[in-house]
Amino acid sequence: MSAQLKSVDQLEAFRRETRAWLEANCPAEMRQPITEEGDVCWGGRRWKFKNDAQRVWLQRMAERGWTVPEWPKEYGGGGLTKEEARVLREEMGRLACRLPLTSFGISMLGPALLKYGNEQQKREHLPKIVRGEIRWCQGYSEPGAGSDLASLKTRADDQGAHYVINGSKIWTSYGDKADWIFCLVRTDFTAKKQEGISFLLFDMQSPGISTRPIRLISGYSPFTQTFFDNVQVPKENLVGELNKGWTIAKYLLTHERNMIGGIGTQRQTPLSQLAIKSIGLASGKLAEGTLRADIARFEMDALAFALTMGRVMDEAKAGNETGAVSSMLKYYGTELNKRRAELAMSIAGTDGLKFDGQAQADLAPVWLRTKANSIEGGTSEVQLNIIAKNVLRLPGA
Amino acid sequence: MSLVLTEDQLMFRDAAKRFAAERAPVAQLRKLRDQNDGVGFDREVWKEMAQMGWAGVLVPEEHGGAGFGYVGAGLIAEEIGRNLSATPVLSTAVLAVTALLRGGSAAQKEALLPAIASGDLIAALASDEKNRHAPHSIATRAAGGSGKFKLNGRKVYVLDGHVADRLIVTARTSGDVESRDGITLFLVDAKASGVSITRTPTVDTHNAAAVELRDVTVSDSDVIGTFDKGAVVLDAVLDAGRAVLAAELLGVAEESFERTLAYLRDREQFGAKIGTFQALQHRAAHLFCEIELVRSVVLRTLQALDAQEPTASNLVCLAKGKATDVARIATNEAVQMHGGIGMTDEFDIGFFMKRARAAGETFGDYYYHADRFAQLAGY
Repeated sequence: MSAQLKSVDQLEAFRRETRAWLEANCPAEMRQPITEEGDVCWGGRRWKFKNDAQRVWLQRMAERGWTVPEWPKEYGGGGLTKEEARVLREEMGRLACRLPLTSFGISMLGPALLKYGNEQQKREHLPKIVRGEIRWCQGYSEPGAGSDLASLKTRADDQGAHYVINGSKIWTSYGDKADWIFCLVRTDFTAKKQEGISFLLFDMQSPGISTRPIRLISGYSPFTQTFFDNVQVPKENLVGELNKGWTIAKYLLTHERNMIGGIGTQRQTPLSQLAIKSIGLASGKLAEGTLRADIARFEMDALAFALTMGRVMDEAKAGNETGAVSSMLKYYGTELNKRRAELAMSIAGTDGLKFDGQAQADLAPVWLRTKANSIEGGTSEVQLNIIAKNVLRLPGA
Repeated sequence: MSLVLTEDQLMFRDAAKRFAAERAPVAQLRKLRDQNDGVGFDREVWKEMAQMGWAGVLVPEEHGGAGFGYVGAGLIAEEIGRNLSATPVLSTAVLAVTALLRGGSAAQKEALLPAIASGDLIAALASDEKNRHAPHSIATRAAGGSGKFKLNGRKVYVLDGHVADRLIVTARTSGDVESRDGITLFLVDAKASGVSITRTPTVDTHNAAAVELRDVTVSDSDVIGTFDKGAVVLDAVLDAGRAVLAAELLGVAEESFERTLAYLRDREQFGAKIGTFQALQHRAAHLFCEIELVRSVVLRTLQALDAQEPTASNLVCLAKGKATDVARIATNEAVQMHGGIGMTDEFDIGFFMKRARAAGETFGDYYYHADRFAQLAGY
């Protein structure tokens, strides 16, 4: 048992206080279901709060460090134990509170900085993530480096006081809305490809950076291509050691995979409910037998996957190592999500084809969006490679 | 409840693992088959299993059992699946004991549970009448009055029927042939007049029999559960059997998968280990994920049975359906990836595919349980 474990009584007291605080401080508008893009608060210098409630909610939660409940207090986090954080999540769920802040700073850069950043970097960057002041984007993939990420070519040349960056990144999520970027660059051109990569942080307003939105099959442009033309980056913005960035990159990818894999367990209306509405029952069963069989197969797999997510968490709590789990969850979760979208489209029939280029929650754009699930953050095929190598210990080619 | 095994459960599993590998491995099943063994398992080994707490795994301590519950039974079953152990655990320790615990009178429990736990008594469930599992489709009749009945009918695929000392027979006491109402369970002595039992050899070399009942006399005191309402007990017995079979299928899938991985690491073709080929790697990696899912649903389902959760049946459908499907894929892939040697009788891998097929058919296959899963969810 960890020394951090609180007694049941203390935890119950924490639950009561948390519930009371949330009831008093979470504005009514922030307890409504999320229906459009602006409802999700990403923060940043240029963020336009949708309403005052969104601004107040972020401010109140950030003051307690509850935008990142488990980060250490010294960097602005909530300093909660795992159990307390779970209680907070449960109580927020009970009141249907929205997340006050969603960002790549929280889900990706923060954990990497906590593990690999120096003290100055932590003090500089983490509190701004907590308060939603700086919005981060990720500079990983390049036009010539997708699944084979380690072959990236964006270069950082040492010019004494700073590095000079040249090259381009692709699939930069919200590259045109972000304030800073965490970026993989090549700093050694002679070493093995994984060993010449470094991890840099820099301001997207630096001279020499430009972005171009990429229009996707769904009609939306959440990604940009990002160009670097002699961008100067101070040397203190190197995270970890020079040429050791690949270790950080892999650590961060694990967080990304967990995040993407988690979409397989998002609470969504069961397909069977959609199908009953659309198709109807005959003698208590869905009127289309073949579709019903596919829906049942999906719902069984989805429940089995949710139980597996739960088991993985229980195993982690018990201190058991469950190897390469993030690859399994990423692979299976995203494939499930694609199956769900395909079935949802079939259930809706021609109603699902509606497409006006505006409503992102419509079935067709959602269906198209899911196709990226098994590509971004490492394709399904890359995840299977990782499982084969790291879990099954199959010999390398 | 946490989906992690407790210290006690881990110790119980490790002991079961050692014992099954040592005393009831695949080689023993092969020997029983090759010698046309009349019993179908080693009675000495069954005694040892009883001493290990297997026969009484579900039997409460006051009746001489180990009281380890369905999670415990599942841990044993997983090792049985890994070793294809020949044993009456399912028929006697799971099905019969569940029937007695759910519906048995004090006298029945007193008479039978200690004898089962000590390994002295084999009991079998004689219920199915159709080739495809339809648990309430029962035409066997119990007719009579004033406390005396005569049983007439025919039961198929009775596990361990030909070696059973007692049979638990389902019979119709009222209602239509397909009706859930009007079923009654009777405890029948296998040697009673009018009972004839014929062993029916199966592809997986596990024990099954057909049971003919001709004017078999039973009385009120032989009823298990409530007259006409026997389906309540029967459904619980079948769900217990399905969940434990799911655990066995998990073991079958795990073992055949691990044997296949070892082969992929070892076998060379085209000047390379075949495990370096991505076509095989990706199928293996996918299978790994599926088996992990089965592991989660099996444990969760067994816990739900121990806790008598009201929606445990939904989980049972998920566990038996998913385990059946994944064990089928795992064993089929195992034979394919072994190539020619996988087709030979000399090599063990084929035994796993045969068992996955038979265990999959027992008490409802994937299709049965997917259909029931959907029905329970209201579609």
